[in-house]
Amino acid sequence: MSRIDVNKTYKLFIGGAFPRSESGRVYEIKGANKKFIANPSLASRKDLRDAVVAAKSAHPGWANATAFNRGQILYRIAEIMEGRSEQFVDEICALEGVTNKVAKSQVEAAIDTWVWYSGWCDKLSSVTGSLNQVSGPFYNFTSPESLGVVAIFAESKPSLLGVVRTLAPVLAGGNSAVLIASENYPLPAITLSEALATSDVPSGVVNILTGKSAELAPWVGSHMEIDGVDVAGLSKKQEEELKLVGADNLKRIFRFNLDNHPERILSFMEQKTVWHPIGI
Amino acid sequence: MSGFEYASAPESKAIANIASSYGLFINGKFVEPKKGKSFTTINPATEELLSKIAYADKLDIDLAVKSARTAFTKVWSKMPAKERGKYLYRIARIMQERAREFAVVETLDNGKPIRESRDTDIPLAAAHFFYHAGWADKLEYAGVGSKPKPVGVVGQIIPWNFPLLMLAWKIAPALAAGNTVVLKPAETTPLTALLFAQVCQQAGLPDGVVNIVTGDGITGAALVNHPDINKIAFTGSTEVGKAIARSISATKKSATLELGGKAANLVFDDAAIDEAVEGIVNGIFFNQGHVCCAGSRLLLQENIADEVLEKLKKRMSLIRVGDPMDKNTDLGAINSKEQLNRIHEISNTGDTEGANRWSPECKLPSKGFWYPPTIFTGVSQSHRIAREEIFGPVLSVLTFRTPAEGIEKANNTMYGLSAGIWSDKGSKVLWAAKQLKAGVIWSNTFNKFDPASPFGGYKESGWGREGGRHGLAGYLTSDAKAAK
Repeated sequence: MSRIDVNKTYKLFIGGAFPRSESGRVYEIKGANKKFIANPSLASRKDLRDAVVAAKSAHPGWANATAFNRGQILYRIAEIMEGRSEQFVDEICALEGVTNKVAKSQVEAAIDTWVWYSGWCDKLSSVTGSLNQVSGPFYNFTSPESLGVVAIFAESKPSLLGVVRTLAPVLAGGNSAVLIASENYPLPAITLSEALATSDVPSGVVNILTGKSAELAPWVGSHMEIDGVDVAGLSKKQEEELKLVGADNLKRIFRFNLDNHPERILSFMEQKTVWHPIGI
Repeated sequence: MSGFEYASAPESKAIANIASSYGLFINGKFVEPKKGKSFTTINPATEELLSKIAYADKLDIDLAVKSARTAFTKVWSKMPAKERGKYLYRIARIMQERAREFAVVETLDNGKPIRESRDTDIPLAAAHFFYHAGWADKLEYAGVGSKPKPVGVVGQIIPWNFPLLMLAWKIAPALAAGNTVVLKPAETTPLTALLFAQVCQQAGLPDGVVNIVTGDGITGAALVNHPDINKIAFTGSTEVGKAIARSISATKKSATLELGGKAANLVFDDAAIDEAVEGIVNGIFFNQGHVCCAGSRLLLQENIADEVLEKLKKRMSLIRVGDPMDKNTDLGAINSKEQLNRIHEISNTGDTEGANRWSPECKLPSKGFWYPPTIFTGVSQSHRIAREEIFGPVLSVLTFRTPAEGIEKANNTMYGLSAGIWSDKGSKVLWAAKQLKAGVIWSNTFNKFDPASPFGGYKESGWGREGGRHGLAGYLTSDAKAAK
């Protein structure tokens, strides 16, 4: 008799741990060949709130780490993913029904995305900050600072790259993240969380939920501890509804159309200007 | 009081030339509003009528937006950038030439001391045009890509606390970036904006590039909701800012919002106390406290609190409250009856919630709207006077023991516009500046503004920056943001 595979249980990633949904709910994911793959968690409002608590408490440590250190950790994620690339390729093939070659190039692009953003961490204030020539005896400078907790609705396809190109810039800017994986293609996000857990990313800096965007979006919109949202995976209508409730704490809500662009980092940062007199 | 008394040194009203009525400035001309409605503007220091102002409704807004759109597509966006810049230089120069007239009109309409309108508002407004004029033909170096494009037609709504200066903050970068504008001044302070319209005429600015529509909140809402506006730039209350964010949530409009604040002004025990006291006074009593970034929460390190308060009270008794047109006046009139009522309403909760009120003896004029410089001690973080923006000459004093506690209290607010730090230790200043969640940090100074210095808030103090390269970027489109 041939060996029986040991299948993975796909769980949430909150505060560095892998819990099931507190709601006890799961939903079924089938592959491109219509065969059962997994029962990932169907995250609830409470799971979202737990994720935000974890993200909020992890934020100061991550934001106050040196930019060089953050850059190294982002690079470390690329290293760990490289070692697991076969697993990502298999998963993408099964889910998306693409060829091995197509899946491989997606995984490579995702890894290279981490490398690209890794290099940005300690160059942001040089490139986007300024020393301002004010009319008076003052030293005056502007530099970017992280926003806080950013929620991300990942695109559905490409299933892995869609997660990485939204998550990496948020982390590069020193924010912590609550990422809601796409409803139909959530598995690479969870596998990514296993890479994150072993990449020196501090617990709680990244939290990943699986489930239904439509269910979670209104709670993301009204949560007062979420400071920004990337709505990549939401429909136009969901985006509008989220903006309406998000106005309650003036969330910074964006959708981007270019990959690998510093605007993706800077949109979730604040510019701080400091004045100090010059004199004896 | 013993010693020398100040003789009055009034500025003359003669230079003002305020007309008995003003129309709307649309497409380069002053026109009557379609429905012929109007409202009045008064001098808040005397309650005397200054002028009758046209009231713009939906129909007028539509005309103004159409004229701005035509000017954008046919003239302003096609003009060589260096020529666009020259118009802004012209405007800056004419504002400098007419600075005294602007200062007098501003003080009459707003109630702020002539010393402030003369030395701060008007020179800074002209400087904003001069600074941005130079950007017009250098946009590709502004850090938003090699082919920056203007946003289009911008609707701009400004408050009454710095009428001309806020107009300059809005119009100068918008025009430099190649946009055209429809601007609505505040209901109680429309006059310098209308004077500015005359400056545009003198500068030969093409018709429709700047349109000024006067009115109230309903006029502003009509502007925000006009379908052919590409961007809203608003300065005002957080409440209205959120309403704007909601009303554009299902549109392609972008927005910059400069909203409220409740700035902490932290005095550490190694601060130069006398300088700090001057900074505290400037922080809260500048412009009658009608400043979104006012240092309205004073946080004193406990071991120096008594000394600072004693010196602060002594300094406050020297504040001269009264006729804004007197060049010696420090604290002028509250801008409106409505605002005075609001200051009374929130400040009175300081008394009922158990804080201790103190004001120096001062005679307030019998006519007009006045509030004495006031401090509350024994304030706790949950008091309304520690949480809500009073927008008046009222200071809430709290204390802290350790620097970490000071930062925690400073950041305990939904706002994040500005903060102050007083300390003689460089490393402590930079540490505190890093910890404070605010867009503008003044260390060992307060309430400084400059066209080259970005201004704007964290959290519920708004979206985006104004001033400097970062402010300019808000009037240019980025290629990375999704075309919606």
